[in-house]
Amino acid sequence: MQVLTINGQRRELDVDPDMPLLWAIRDVLELTGTKFGCGQALCGACTVMVDGMPARSCQTSVGDAAGKPIVTIEGVDGKVAQAVQAAWIKLDVPQCGYCQSGQIISAVGLLSQNRKPNDDEIDAAMSGNLCRCATYHRIRGAIHEAARMLEA
Amino acid sequence: MLFDRLGSAPRLSDHAATDAAGPAVPDLSRRRFLLAAAAIGGGLAVGFRAAPAEAAATAAPAAAATNPFAAYLRIAPDNTVTVLSAHMDMGQGIYHGTATLVAEELGAAWEQMRAEGGWGNPKLYGNLAWGGTMQGTGGSSGTFSSFDRYRQAGAAARMMLVAAAAKAWSVPAAEIKVDKGVVSHASGRKASFGDLAAAAAAMPVPADVTLKASDAWTLIGNETLPRIDSREKSTGRQTFTIDVKLPGLLTAVMIHPPVFGAKVKSFDAAKAKAIKGVVDVVAIHRGVAVVADTMWSALKGREAVTVVWDETGAETRSTAEIMASYRELAAKPGATVAENRGDVDGAFAGAAKVIEARYEFPYLAHAALEPLNAVARRNADGTIEIWGGHQMPDLYQMIAAKVADTTPDKIVLHVMKTGGGFGRRAVFDADVVAEAVAVGRAIGWKAPVKVQWTREDDMRGGRYRPAYVHALKAGLDKDGRIVAWSNRIVGQSIMKGTAFEAMVTNGVDPTSVEGSAHLPYAMPNRRVELTTTDVGVPVLWWRAVGSTHTAYAVETFLDELAAAAGRDPVEFRLDMLQGSPRHAAVLKMAAEKAGWGAPLPAGRFRGVAVAESFGTVVAQVAELTVGKAGAIKVERVVCAVDCGTAVNPDMIRAQIEGGIGFGLGAILKSKLTLDKGRVVEGNFDGYEVLRIEDMPKVEVHILASNAKPTGVGEPGVPPIGPAVANAYAKATGKRIRALPFAQSLNT
Repeated sequence: MQVLTINGQRRELDVDPDMPLLWAIRDVLELTGTKFGCGQALCGACTVMVDGMPARSCQTSVGDAAGKPIVTIEGVDGKVAQAVQAAWIKLDVPQCGYCQSGQIISAVGLLSQNRKPNDDEIDAAMSGNLCRCATYHRIRGAIHEAARMLEA
Repeated sequence: MLFDRLGSAPRLSDHAATDAAGPAVPDLSRRRFLLAAAAIGGGLAVGFRAAPAEAAATAAPAAAATNPFAAYLRIAPDNTVTVLSAHMDMGQGIYHGTATLVAEELGAAWEQMRAEGGWGNPKLYGNLAWGGTMQGTGGSSGTFSSFDRYRQAGAAARMMLVAAAAKAWSVPAAEIKVDKGVVSHASGRKASFGDLAAAAAAMPVPADVTLKASDAWTLIGNETLPRIDSREKSTGRQTFTIDVKLPGLLTAVMIHPPVFGAKVKSFDAAKAKAIKGVVDVVAIHRGVAVVADTMWSALKGREAVTVVWDETGAETRSTAEIMASYRELAAKPGATVAENRGDVDGAFAGAAKVIEARYEFPYLAHAALEPLNAVARRNADGTIEIWGGHQMPDLYQMIAAKVADTTPDKIVLHVMKTGGGFGRRAVFDADVVAEAVAVGRAIGWKAPVKVQWTREDDMRGGRYRPAYVHALKAGLDKDGRIVAWSNRIVGQSIMKGTAFEAMVTNGVDPTSVEGSAHLPYAMPNRRVELTTTDVGVPVLWWRAVGSTHTAYAVETFLDELAAAAGRDPVEFRLDMLQGSPRHAAVLKMAAEKAGWGAPLPAGRFRGVAVAESFGTVVAQVAELTVGKAGAIKVERVVCAVDCGTAVNPDMIRAQIEGGIGFGLGAILKSKLTLDKGRVVEGNFDGYEVLRIEDMPKVEVHILASNAKPTGVGEPGVPPIGPAVANAYAKATGKRIRALPFAQSLNT
């Protein structure tokens, strides 16, 4: 039995410790906001917060995540997350929307460390999150917008 | 039920050939739509009924409505207005657009609008850009096809709401106003749409409707209308096929042939079946499926299955070999001629200067971020429900029925929003949809099943943008004018051997030559030849289709010719665009907004390109810098678009921004290669696509127009490649003629 602390709740899972956290979240806990894109930590669609830092859940095992606080898009909250999501909606960032949970978690991670990132810092922090619709232009804009909201 | 009027109505009699991309599209959209209505769920539904003259046409059984409960819009007692979009949404925003069209004429408040996918009624949802007889999303046609149809449906529903209010309040209909979802009268009476919906359903359906004049629009053209699904998509609440939850749902992963055309000879699943969570391992027409309780169990099970393949007749060549054969073919006259005007050979003979160049384009994967998937379930009544990105729904109903050994009316589709698409979900054999049905059947329909491809399955599953070689040759006179033009194209046909075969005329697949044949430039002597190759690699439309390669070849070659003639590339083009005012206008606008001709900071260079695709004309000016190690950084792209009436200006900008990023990633980095028939790239390490650090700043300028809207999902893609290549040539003197750039720069 594996025990995960996810979105503030303690959950017991009857799975092997080597199961990727992604599939535990999606198929066992049925939290489907976190997406599968590549399975190899190459696209960022599966990004969740583990211990306050963005992590690729497809390459994080349940065993490694046990005992650490995990936050998914369903549970993300607080000033930074609210600003990021408000900015995303204000700028109509999503097109298909499939990558956006991962993008938002990565953006929250960035703004939690750096309240006023410049374009280069945004690019460096967000480089691991692919968007095939190429909403990158608006992602940059929304992160700047969220930074302004947090400043105000 | 009243709605039977709709369900039993015969199909349209328009027997125009199914026309995906050709220029001779019959403009059926100006037809007046006759509407039908029904009481459904205590509310009002408005759909379409055939005109009496059209009712004489006999309907093919397969085209009969198999979803009689669909309509264009439904108004529910809870006051929501749900639009049923004829087109699926892969991110391009057609649900938003369709909702805009309905809300504009209905007088709805934007907040009460909802949208979902319609299906199962070719006569209701037939794509008017394709002749109106087949449902489907593609060719950037959604807004074009929906523009009149959905506005008329909205107007009819408004008139019925007004009639219901007039009756209830005993006032003349002409005195009633509808604004932002409120029906009101000067007497102070007010009602919501939800209040009136049931009574409205009993009102006569208007025989004719008058649409608002464009100057009265408040939603169409509105710059600030929030996208209908931004909130769901920014909170993780938007569900896709991969997220479908059903009691007892199983997950299946496929084992596909290692080379295209191979078939299962035998397989051993004994070890796999012993793995915890694995439910079954079954062979279907497309390979072997491992069925399990979760994706993880299915993947572990797959590792343990061994399959013996019969590779007889399979494609086992490498891309190097295929491209070498294409180069040889490009050196010879084409097998077919797509265009031949004037005296090309004579003009070459008299030319002062002849310039030649050969271009090479790789296979490209769509690589949408949601790997392909579909969910199928058989119900006790024999109906089969399928959740998926149903881009050609009536075709999928027919194929699913065949696979399930039932009739199309038993197939119920749930049109899901998809995590990208770029053409990949419009497939002639309904690939993953057929797999889900086949797996469900193979396990005796004991549980609903989701077939979920991995990234590697998706990358190696075929249906690529075809590889092409272009040989271009032009003759200039002593004044630097183009007097002769020849373009030979070598590559696979997308439509040949498919349901779209009728589009192939005189051996020419229009998707192979669009953007090369019938150029907007004044060139008196020109010839476009095509040699269609026979290769066993499955190919498909890939965002902007033929123009993804033709525009690159044409627009970079033109740049070379301008340089040879000592002319400015913008002026050189404008001289030849006097008979093509839309092209000239966007080119001028892009040049002006980009400051064409004005000095740039040291190390920065500009390039320009213009291309028409799917009726939309786009010009782009790219600015780039080249780093010390030769790394290209595209800093800024200024774009001008003429797509007719701008229904949703911000969606247009979004699609053009995205098209630029999609096209830029491909020309800089992407290629799909085969080694003895086996696809080399499996994931985003080998198959590289655009990441945020490579995304330029983008400015999109939309030309003011009152013309009927044309599409924007694809037309942003074609100009970016040549605009960047032309800027690169300006910076370095080097012409990139084999894509991607990364390959040319490393060799």
